[in-house]
Amino acid sequence: MLVDSPPEQQRAETAPAPPSRRAIRALGLLAAVAVLVLVALASIAIGAKSLSVGEVWHGLFHASGTYGDAVVGDRLSRTLLGLLAGAALGLSGAVLQALTRNPLADPGLLGINAGASAAVVTAITFFGVTTLSGYVWFAFLGAAAVGALVYLLGGSRGATPVRLALAGTAISAALYGYLQAVMIMDNAALGKMRFWTVGSLSSATDRTIEQVLPFLVIGTVLALALARPLNAMAMGDDTARALGAHLNRTRALSMAAATLLCGAATAACGPIVFVGLMIPHVVRSFTGPDLRWILPYATVLSPVLLLGADVVGRMIVRPAELQVGIVTAILGGPVFIFLVRRRRTAQL
Amino acid sequence: MKDPRTPGRPGASGTAEGSARAFHPRAVRTGGLSVRLDVRAATVVVLLLVAALAASVVLIGTGDFPISAGDVLATLTGNGNAGQEFIVTELRLPRVLVGLLVGASLGLGGALFQSISRNPLGSPDVLGLGQGATAGALVVIVLFSGSATAVTAGALAGGLVTGLGIYLLAWKRGVHGYRLVLVGIGVAAMLTAVNGYLITKADLVDAARAVVWMTGSLNGRDWTQVWPLLALCAVLVPLVLGKARGLRMLEMGDDVAYALGVRVERTRLLLMLAAVLLTAAATAAAGPVGFVALTAPQLARRLTRSPGPNLVPAMCMGATLLIVADWASQRAFGADQLPVGVVTGVLGGVYLLWLLVAERRAGRV
Repeated sequence: MLVDSPPEQQRAETAPAPPSRRAIRALGLLAAVAVLVLVALASIAIGAKSLSVGEVWHGLFHASGTYGDAVVGDRLSRTLLGLLAGAALGLSGAVLQALTRNPLADPGLLGINAGASAAVVTAITFFGVTTLSGYVWFAFLGAAAVGALVYLLGGSRGATPVRLALAGTAISAALYGYLQAVMIMDNAALGKMRFWTVGSLSSATDRTIEQVLPFLVIGTVLALALARPLNAMAMGDDTARALGAHLNRTRALSMAAATLLCGAATAACGPIVFVGLMIPHVVRSFTGPDLRWILPYATVLSPVLLLGADVVGRMIVRPAELQVGIVTAILGGPVFIFLVRRRRTAQL
Repeated sequence: MKDPRTPGRPGASGTAEGSARAFHPRAVRTGGLSVRLDVRAATVVVLLLVAALAASVVLIGTGDFPISAGDVLATLTGNGNAGQEFIVTELRLPRVLVGLLVGASLGLGGALFQSISRNPLGSPDVLGLGQGATAGALVVIVLFSGSATAVTAGALAGGLVTGLGIYLLAWKRGVHGYRLVLVGIGVAAMLTAVNGYLITKADLVDAARAVVWMTGSLNGRDWTQVWPLLALCAVLVPLVLGKARGLRMLEMGDDVAYALGVRVERTRLLLMLAAVLLTAAATAAAGPVGFVALTAPQLARRLTRSPGPNLVPAMCMGATLLIVADWASQRAFGADQLPVGVVTGVLGGVYLLWLLVAERRAGRV
């Protein structure tokens, strides 16, 4: 009896489970996409001037140059940028959390955003760069440099959540000091930068999207392709090597993907924190640790959060608006503190 | 009492072994009283005090109207001419005094926080107290266009509320080091967003004023800032130093401290409250001058080479650092061009990176 019962139980549990669980997850992903479409429509409809569903439909598919159509056109590029940037931030957060095996990793918290900001400020003030296509390269450079630095200072392989968070915070603090010095010396830079540094979608145009799109596409494809080796690495370096994963190549590609995604998103809409932190946690709570599901879900659900935060920001102080970076920080802070207070995380 | 060779065993330092141990702590006993004196730490404190005062004299002499060090000393002792007396006592002395007090408060507050969180990076800058005080000040500057006094009050309130909030959020059957630091980082990120929002709300003139305030500056400080800060320090510093013994035991871990008779949570709450008050008051007076609270205790510890919180050396180091940084910013960029916070920020940033590498190598972070 004692010998017989475990296999029976196992069979009862595992045999029917895999296909149905996969089906449920696939359906869930479809539902998430549906939610995303709804939020995107809300983002087009809601704002200083509210539009009806009919007007949105008209503007999207039969645009004839009415006032409503113009509003739809404006909000469309903003919504598209939100979609792209949100997906990029969530995906880069998920990749960083997997790479560092650290539940608190987030591009904002790790200082990558600050690196991009500092580089962009430098470009605007000292090199006279004014166009996005010019300073997107600076943003990448800053993001990559700080990403590598934090990873090295945090202890590369032996990195713990605390070490990485501290290294990121320390570098952000130093870079923000530099930002302030530049803004004090140059009032014109202050006028521009104070809006950029909070993180906003309001300056989005079709040009912006065109410029960052290639980077985001490459980064997204790269990140999604890394799900399998990162899964292997989650079991520890030795096991991963035994399973045939190339550790160094995976690490380098993951950093490259995270930097591409985060750098491009930051260049387009300024530093936005906590999106990359929150969404992977939410996703993990119902997909489990399998990155092949976490990454697609994060790609779909992060823009839901970003666009949702943008809509909220437009609604609560109408007709002005609260920048999306502020809304996500104020929503994300409590989530972060909740995660820290959970015993397991704080002990890692 | 048993040792006849009191006080201080002066003969011991003559031998070769004695000179090698010359800086080690020793007991000074007179009659029934016995005090443990760390000679190296005491020497460091004296040297830092001398350095701070010398830098202060030089700083008073620096500006659009330079005054020689001899004249400054003469004026301070009441023998200067009328013009110099006005410049020294009305314009520059209060600024220097604010600098000394702010530096000392930040150094002490930083040492307390680093000791309580048992982490060299657990300073008020990282924990979000600076951002909290900034948020308070910005609310006053941006939403109410308040006076300097109102800004000070706002910063004080902001710092205190933030300190209390961090303590409560980090509380879970006691406050522990890493949780405190990480909760602080989360709060700091939220407050940074709030501050960014307030700056976008302001018109450009207010925004420029706010950014200068946020960097930390000693420009235009007068006697009205000196007195409250001095009074606060006069109350808190003896209180904190009296509790230093308990803090030293807390560094050995809660269980050990408890076994040694320290009321752990009570001591920690009291010291944190004192640290928050010191930091908030200093920030209210000069703005969140970056990195002094972080670097001063670390530098002090490296100079005294003694374990434990090193409260008094950290205080003296903070005062010295701030005054020297203010002098450096005036020399390098001209009078009142760039606030002192820029200099401490840049120097502190570099130091911080080095600290991270060094601590990691030693396996302490």
